Amino acid sequence: MDRRQHAIHIWLMLLPALLLLLAFTHWPVVATLFDSFHSTPKGARASFWVGLVNYQVMLDDPVFRKALANNLWFAGVTIPLSIGLALMMALWVNDRMAGRALLRMAYFTPTVLPMIAVANIWLFFYTPQYGLLEQISGALGRPSQNWLGDPTTALGAVTLVAVWKEAGFFMIFYLAALQSMNPSLREAAAIEGASRWTFFRRVQWPLLMPTTVFVLVNAFINGFRMVDHLFVMTRGGPDNASTLLLYYLYEVGFSFWDTAYASAITVVLVAILAGVALLQFFVLDRRVHYQ
Amino acid sequence: MSHTTQQRLAFNEPGWLDTLAAWLLGLLWLLPLVYAVWTAFHPAEFSTRFDLSAPLTLSNFRRAWEAAPFARYFFNTTVLTGMILVAQLVISTLAAYAFARFRFRGRNLAFALVLMQLVVMPDLLVVANYKTMAQLGLIDSLLAIGLPYFASAFAIFLLRQTFMSIPKELDDAARVEGAGALQMLWRVYVPLARPVYIAFALVSVSFHWNNFLWPLIVTNSVNARPLTVGLQVFSAVDQGIDWSIITAATLMSSAPLLIAFLLFQRQFVQSFMRAGIK
Repeated sequence: MDRRQHAIHIWLMLLPALLLLLAFTHWPVVATLFDSFHSTPKGARASFWVGLVNYQVMLDDPVFRKALANNLWFAGVTIPLSIGLALMMALWVNDRMAGRALLRMAYFTPTVLPMIAVANIWLFFYTPQYGLLEQISGALGRPSQNWLGDPTTALGAVTLVAVWKEAGFFMIFYLAALQSMNPSLREAAAIEGASRWTFFRRVQWPLLMPTTVFVLVNAFINGFRMVDHLFVMTRGGPDNASTLLLYYLYEVGFSFWDTAYASAITVVLVAILAGVALLQFFVLDRRVHYQ
Repeated sequence: MSHTTQQRLAFNEPGWLDTLAAWLLGLLWLLPLVYAVWTAFHPAEFSTRFDLSAPLTLSNFRRAWEAAPFARYFFNTTVLTGMILVAQLVISTLAAYAFARFRFRGRNLAFALVLMQLVVMPDLLVVANYKTMAQLGLIDSLLAIGLPYFASAFAIFLLRQTFMSIPKELDDAARVEGAGALQMLWRVYVPLARPVYIAFALVSVSFHWNNFLWPLIVTNSVNARPLTVGLQVFSAVDQGIDWSIITAATLMSSAPLLIAFLLFQRQFVQSFMRAGIK
């Protein structure tokens, strides 16, 4: 085949994918960066160059700072908690436990439910007076508590929902890794007289490292992406106590229609996630694949 | 029993404490769901009263179905997930094949550009993508919801890995028979990658069935709203706090995936595993 014709065929195969990615991933990144240095167009007045003003506004914006702090807290709690639970679940379900198929299903079910549906279910769970949580604490003689309406508990309440949704998902990856482990490792450790804990710490945990890195990166990305439940449960409230970055971005961009400022917030979000990806690529991946 | 056999059993036969803890956590995990099921299937006066003699009813589902255009929402979501899946499969197959089997100038750069989407997901770029959709005149259409997801870096990556593991001898055999590149792709590569296609399809359908933020932003009427957005509008605006109806609507919207999951549990779990490991 003619060499040039060959190259054309290859690029024709790539064309649809590359065009779509260009239009809906690469161009938006560039446009967002561009918009973040401009003002929001208002009526007949076109947008104009404002330099770093949007970023300065961000630094002085108490709601943004609250959203950032909340998001760091949210990610800081969901990541270790959901991964820890996932590992525990996987170790249990990997054992010859009574009814383990049922258990696996119980753990994994939240993963297939839409976050919006999950949020409705948990909203009901948390509701004052009617909610199950209220009924349980009422039966124990505890005073009534409005979990989602109280600024001190709202963020914790929505964080718990995220952990519930994610742990079962991450469990699957640990389970896959555990099941692909050579059973003779287990036997060798048993013959050596190692305790179960030693076997976990010295054999299973190091071998699970690549899985942990994979799960960690996913958990991190989700920690900054999971906001659907806020729309149903708290709308970021009360008094922004439970707002997260992407939710605030939505409010700024599509409730206040301040697209320039929303673009600046997008840049920050993208920068955070890109930073994590680079960290994974250059640091974590090199450390865990020791041979 | 000797010490070593005891140890061996201890390694994968859990003690009673483990079993108890695992089951407690399992029950805890199901509790919110069980509570919602209880409320949805009982008359409103029993929605928060646990009485085993309470009569079962489907009227909450009927009332929810009549209170909002759920039939339309179901239709929209089905068309949407189907459209996205077909586009993803066709587009990614072609791209993955080019990356896996051909050497050409700019290949690494092009592949790096594709992988960027794994980090900078369409979910984050909503402001810019909304502007694009407005310029294209697509606001409030199913196409607008789907377009940003048609090219999937994840699918391209997954299929490229799979195609690369297929022995080249099969290629040569087909080429001797005079098959062109596309014929080879269709006759050799696609059939051999079938499990990966199934895995990706399950992951993609459950992702897009559940997707919410972008559809919320880019739709504003019943015509294009998928189930998730419809459910949110319904429970926020229409119903106040009639929990019986809201839980019924919630379960109704999750039912197709939930039932599919319960029926094909093994495939689901294996698909998520396969998609994650590659």
